[in-house]
Amino acid sequence: MTEENQDWLYEITPKRKLIDLNFGEIWRYRDLLILFVKRNIVTVYKQTILGPLWYFIQPLFTAITFTLVFNKIANVPTGEVPPFLFNLTGITAWNYFAQCLTGTSSTFQANAGIFGKVYFPRVIMPLSNVITNLFKFGIQMGVLLIAYLYAVASGIEIEPNINLLLFPVYIIMMAFMGLGLGMIISAFTTKYRDLSVLVGFATSLLLYISAVPYPLAEVEKEMPEYAWIVQYNPLTHIIEGFRFMILDTGIFSWYGFLYTLFISIFLFLTGLIVFNRTEKNFIDTV
Amino acid sequence: MSNILKAEDISKQYRLGLVGTGTLSDDLKRWWYKMQGKEDPFLKVGGINDRSIKAVEDYVWALRDINFEVKQGEVLGIIGKNGAGKSTLLKILSRVTAPTTGSIKTKGRIASLLEVGTGFHAELTGRENIFMNGAVLGMTKADIKNKLDEIIDFSGCEKYIDTPVKRYSSGMTVRLGFAVAAHLEPEILVIDEVLAVGDAEFQKKAIGKIQNLSSGEGRTVIFVSHDLSAVSTITEKTIVLGNGEIIAFEETNKAIAVYSKADRDQNIYTQEPANSSPSVTKVKILTSEGGTIQRNRGELTIEFEINMPAANMQNLGLSFQILNHLQTPILYDYIFDIYTPFCRLKGKNVLSFTYDELLLYKGNYSLKVHLADTKSRIKFQEIDCCSFQVEMIGQKEPEWGWQKNVCQYLDKGRWRI
Repeated sequence: MTEENQDWLYEITPKRKLIDLNFGEIWRYRDLLILFVKRNIVTVYKQTILGPLWYFIQPLFTAITFTLVFNKIANVPTGEVPPFLFNLTGITAWNYFAQCLTGTSSTFQANAGIFGKVYFPRVIMPLSNVITNLFKFGIQMGVLLIAYLYAVASGIEIEPNINLLLFPVYIIMMAFMGLGLGMIISAFTTKYRDLSVLVGFATSLLLYISAVPYPLAEVEKEMPEYAWIVQYNPLTHIIEGFRFMILDTGIFSWYGFLYTLFISIFLFLTGLIVFNRTEKNFIDTV
Repeated sequence: MSNILKAEDISKQYRLGLVGTGTLSDDLKRWWYKMQGKEDPFLKVGGINDRSIKAVEDYVWALRDINFEVKQGEVLGIIGKNGAGKSTLLKILSRVTAPTTGSIKTKGRIASLLEVGTGFHAELTGRENIFMNGAVLGMTKADIKNKLDEIIDFSGCEKYIDTPVKRYSSGMTVRLGFAVAAHLEPEILVIDEVLAVGDAEFQKKAIGKIQNLSSGEGRTVIFVSHDLSAVSTITEKTIVLGNGEIIAFEETNKAIAVYSKADRDQNIYTQEPANSSPSVTKVKILTSEGGTIQRNRGELTIEFEINMPAANMQNLGLSFQILNHLQTPILYDYIFDIYTPFCRLKGKNVLSFTYDELLLYKGNYSLKVHLADTKSRIKFQEIDCCSFQVEMIGQKEPEWGWQKNVCQYLDKGRWRI
């Protein structure tokens, strides 16, 4: 048997193909993915008194603050829908995206210790982050549901519309966008730390141009010359579409929906490519 | 037996200094060359990896043209001084980082134990961490479940298994981590300095386990350590790395000899005097046979030349150790100014120590010299120098005696029959 004929299991080489995602390998590590998700959920609130209650408290208080600031003081109209419910819906959706983004964007830096010691498909980390956040999102949807039912019980006429069927698509779009953007940022922060500083305040500012605390129609009416910033922002269409299907308020257009879907898939694929190219050597620069 | 792993022309280049603005321009240049279909311009440059000399280039080769093969069931040692490239090689082997050039081909899964307890989460219990750590190292949940009892038993931490790991002692964490890794069953296991932390009993257990992995189960182990004694008991063949290159790839005993001679194969050591503190400027050994060969029961003299920045300095302490080839200290002696005033003149002072009859057994030895202030406990110098070789010259060697590593010290005594 000559050297050439020997069947090597795998080869460690310097270069990597553009998209070199080994799905078989990720599948082999599925137990690790599940364990990471479990760990993330279990350990966050260890040694806290309120524990998982924190999952409820954060969106509730943000919604209350928004209601007071934007609706009571600034008098932003929310139509038929009670402002609190309007804000809670937007924040629930926004939180999922924002947490996917911030969690993913620190992947390499936060896990440099473990990445520096053992090999496993690096993409497991952002994936576990997105799934963990999905769990949190589920709990927060529960909070939203309770608030929703309470509003219905107190005689406010709101109902979801047929778009509710798109619910899973919205979740995927949010995850893809958070994941994609996060992976791009995480790849660059290994060398250039500037971005990690940026992410923190950029996400909190991004919220204001993503139509979270106000309806899209309002910005189009009040500031038509700047409305394009909000209109071109794909996140606006997610938030607005999310509220539309649950509260039947605001603007929904298939054009905006497809635009957002396209952008999210594009970001996700770009993120994957960039992430893959970085993971081989990042430990030398992080 | 066939090769299970083959490394071909592995090189790894690192950038010296800070990763800063320079990287962006270099990255752009690299990209520009790549766009034109040219070779990476920075691959041609790069200095040899010697941390003691001043760097002239921005890039350095941490590893250069490493070639080796490992056979199935073999235990391979890798030794080398700090910065020789051991850890870099291990990182490449365990896929933590990629080589700059070259490739490693393998027929089995490589699991690394670069540091035990990787992926341990302080808040989780020992049991949860076994699953966590096992999964990080590539085991499935079912695998771990099957071996759970064995792992807990091996770790000897049964009592604490449902306690969070943050309450563990460092030794217990290592035990648990090693227990998981030892039950991994990869085809190739890479181990780096893991045994340093555990106690003697556990080290013995761990070494036994490693030996069993290779001889009993036919697994391949790559073992990296500073502990030459562990390397010599576990491994058959050893790679000696120096400045990023393979200096020797031989049977372990020979490789260790190469390592121990690597850069102090002289019987004289000299150095420029320090300005403000006392310093040893010369150490010379005068062996019974001259040069670096010493006869067992011969006379050995060690000469020291010490430079003093001022006259009448007190509290100086000079000591030396004679180390064997495993770097274990065998003999020791000292002179303290508080008991025997010495080196009271400004400038060069000469003194010497003589063993009339050195009873060391044959083998390679070297000196370690310390110069310190005994009162303030400031250490001025610690020097490794002057290697020499003890031989049984003029003593008849029957074939059943005088074997390598049977002892280190040969005292006088007598049998009564």
